[in-house]
Amino acid sequence: MLLIDCPHCGPRDVTEFHYGGEAHIARPEDPDAVTDAQWADYLFMKKNTRGLFAERWVHSQGCRRWFNAIRDTVSYRILAIYPMGTPMPDLDTLRQEADR
Amino acid sequence: MPRFSIFSVARNALSHHENWPRLWRSPEPRPAYDAIIVGGGGHGLATAYYLARNHGVTNVAVLEKGWIGGGNTGRNTTIVRSNYLWDASAHIYEHAMKLWEGLAEDLNYNVMLSQRGVMNLAHNLGDVRESRRRVFANRLNGVDAEWLTPEQCKAECPILNTSPGLRYPVMGATFQRRGGVARHDAVAWGYARAADARGVDIIQNCEVTGILRDGDRVTGVETTRGVIRAPKVGIVTAGNTSVLGQMAGLRLPIESHPLQALVSEPIKPVHPIVVMSNAVHVYVSQSDKGELVIGAGVDGFVGYGQRGGFSIIEGQMGALKELFPIFSRLKLMRSWGGIVDTCPDASPLITKTPVQGLYINGGWGTGGFKSTPGSGWCFAHTIAQDEPHPLNAPFSLERFVTGDLVDEHGAAGVAH
Repeated sequence: MLLIDCPHCGPRDVTEFHYGGEAHIARPEDPDAVTDAQWADYLFMKKNTRGLFAERWVHSQGCRRWFNAIRDTVSYRILAIYPMGTPMPDLDTLRQEADR
Repeated sequence: MPRFSIFSVARNALSHHENWPRLWRSPEPRPAYDAIIVGGGGHGLATAYYLARNHGVTNVAVLEKGWIGGGNTGRNTTIVRSNYLWDASAHIYEHAMKLWEGLAEDLNYNVMLSQRGVMNLAHNLGDVRESRRRVFANRLNGVDAEWLTPEQCKAECPILNTSPGLRYPVMGATFQRRGGVARHDAVAWGYARAADARGVDIIQNCEVTGILRDGDRVTGVETTRGVIRAPKVGIVTAGNTSVLGQMAGLRLPIESHPLQALVSEPIKPVHPIVVMSNAVHVYVSQSDKGELVIGAGVDGFVGYGQRGGFSIIEGQMGALKELFPIFSRLKLMRSWGGIVDTCPDASPLITKTPVQGLYINGGWGTGGFKSTPGSGWCFAHTIAQDEPHPLNAPFSLERFVTGDLVDEHGAAGVAH
């Protein structure tokens, strides 16, 4: 069972949240200009990282607001939570902090 | 390799069954093979077997990072059926179903196939329409399928609660009588033994750490037991398809999720068939040992940890108790998790890749076990001929570019 620290409401059970998948996927600026392969890459291809992974969550049964998280997909431990639209935290720094 | 028969069992009984030979060798890896299969689960071992049996390719190594059948093959809920909606799925799963029906004889190994029937419940009008449509589609594809009324459901499975007072009442069900369960470990062991007998090297405790390439061609793999070269490499690593894909520089349309299963304490036979419900989301059968084997859905998040959340178990237990009040005081003995690789259209990849000589079989989601023989059959063809078998041609990587998806969420994306 995950305990997720919602930036607006505090720590809550994972059952209050919905998952939004991989974060930082940018929709092509001009969809008409991309090839089918580029569009498929945007739409379907996933990093699916084993290890530290940037992902989106929404507190759907709380404040209903979205945020990003860095989570270890093997231990499921959440290492950082940060607002959408801000850059991804440095993963090496997070790893070092987690090891300490 | 000695054949199993009533006579060999009797003969070995005289020596207290202490002189049976090992089912397969444990050879040291050779420096090079004609083909390498990465992943010693059911699909990988079946691929190796059919490479040898159907295509005469016997200079093959199966590399397994742990022990064979120790991944998803040993963790699934062993359900076998072929009642899929779309033609492409129905054809490959029905091919697998036909292979299942002759598998014990073909492998000379008892895979304990029990065609006790698989029932998929409908709980609302939408379910009923979708399910009846699937029954008709199945029949057009030569797959046996029936529509059962609630009374007929009750006749097939007397412990099922068909009371109209349920929160989600049983309004009917599809029924595939040829469906059922098979013994998952025996499937891995049977394929391993039969592949080994045809010359395939099964190498356990050998983890692949890198894919070797020369330009656009694959040349072999790096492993924890050294470099092994081969002009053809097949990746069949359910739960880690993306990890292996990344080693080869490929981006794949796969997300990995934890899927849990559990078993109850063993009880006398009470549950004659397999019952599945997508709407309230649980599926259950009773093993030969008497345990109820119970499963449901994945955790929503990406995970490789082989364990899932308790909320998922809570949900499926609620559904189970509502459908089968008789189980309400049973104790659960064990629960465990596996990692399933899911594609956006809930259909697998059995495909060539942009890298010459590199092939991928994965993304089976929560339903790979039932397809084990068909999957191996088609993947062996793809590797041996360097082109897909007609049965797996629709399950290519290119379908995500062309848009020709095989959208099986109705029949496959949820319950297995």
